[in-house]
Amino acid sequence: MSASVTANVYSSHVPAIGAAIDQGKATGPYWDPLMAGYETSKAWIKENTPDVIFLIYNDHANAFSLDLIPTFAIGTGPDFPIADEGWGPRPVPPVKGHPELAYHIVQEVIPEGFDLTIVNKLEVDHGLTIPLTLMFGQPDEWPCPVIPFAVNVVQYPIPTGERSLALGKAIGRAIRSFPEDLNVQVWGTGGMSHQLQGPRAGLINQPWDNAFLDQLIADPETLSHMSYVEYLREAGSEGVELVMWLIARGAMPDMEGADAPTVRHRFYHVPASNTAVGHLILEA
Amino acid sequence: MSADKPYLDIPGTTVFDADQSRIGYWLNQFCMSLMKPENRQRFLADERAYLDEWDMTEDQKQAVMSRDLNRMLSLGGNIYFLAKIGATDGKSFQAMAASMTGMSEEEYREMMISGGRSPDGNRYLSEWEADE
Repeated sequence: MSASVTANVYSSHVPAIGAAIDQGKATGPYWDPLMAGYETSKAWIKENTPDVIFLIYNDHANAFSLDLIPTFAIGTGPDFPIADEGWGPRPVPPVKGHPELAYHIVQEVIPEGFDLTIVNKLEVDHGLTIPLTLMFGQPDEWPCPVIPFAVNVVQYPIPTGERSLALGKAIGRAIRSFPEDLNVQVWGTGGMSHQLQGPRAGLINQPWDNAFLDQLIADPETLSHMSYVEYLREAGSEGVELVMWLIARGAMPDMEGADAPTVRHRFYHVPASNTAVGHLILEA
Repeated sequence: MSADKPYLDIPGTTVFDADQSRIGYWLNQFCMSLMKPENRQRFLADERAYLDEWDMTEDQKQAVMSRDLNRMLSLGGNIYFLAKIGATDGKSFQAMAASMTGMSEEEYREMMISGGRSPDGNRYLSEWEADE
């Protein structure tokens, strides 16, 4: 008996998407093309609801201010309230955790050299909740527990690509050594290209984003060597969030010699507010 | 260019590095306080008085009161923190982004719908300087 990583789900987590859905305004020529890109995914996840989602995201100055800036923080608590980001909390269900698996990952990954910050009390922001909404719609409660994994991509230096991929591999091994038959999906969120600040705000790089998706699927090792400066220059100051997708990718079993994953769904759309939306489902 | 800041040649972009974080500490922490509804009300009722409760520089306070986001960025603000000010004002993130580019909100929105700002000509500071 052991747990397995069965799939990766990747998705942008643009706040405006959540606002549109929450207010019942996510239709019309602006939103329809984006929502259409998630229709197959919603059907897929109904058939493939995991036992646990390990969800990699970044906090946007909500749970973590400048008081405390953990590079890698794992939510080990039983539940995670929804943050008030300044507009009032999103009207979505609170997130339930999976403390047993989360602590197992802590137990396995820290001795491998990844010094995770253990967080029992954590409010989760749009980075975590918007991918849930895009995949599950608006249920009364989320269909499975979620382990939040927050990565600092706000205060520099941020984690390198190499470190992120290696961490993902360690997390994948830890999940697969959990002595219970659990179907675990590892989700990577954020990106794709976008810049929210300064006179260069609005930057979008479609060829770069699509090349990133190609390489994330086929050759994450090479992709992991890309420097943060290239992310900044090519994908915008907030495009650096994409480094988190390498953590998710590292957890897939092909990184340990299993067969290459199957691309179940791939979608790309510009824009949602200021951002290029990328979405990918890989099955192990 | 500083060897340990290889991003300084990217135009129109402020990287929130240790130096920015250090000078912007109280500006950003003030922004965090706006996550509480009662603080948002108190700030809007008397901005100057509320700002005076924080150990911010006069420049930072002036930048906040004039809602000059580019100035706030240069004085150590980080966009995710500064977004709390926009939220307090009831502004969308897109309106805030537009205000930093010198475009109207409509022009900016149109640019995004048309595929966003191209990276071509926007990768290196030298490309912007050549335009001037």
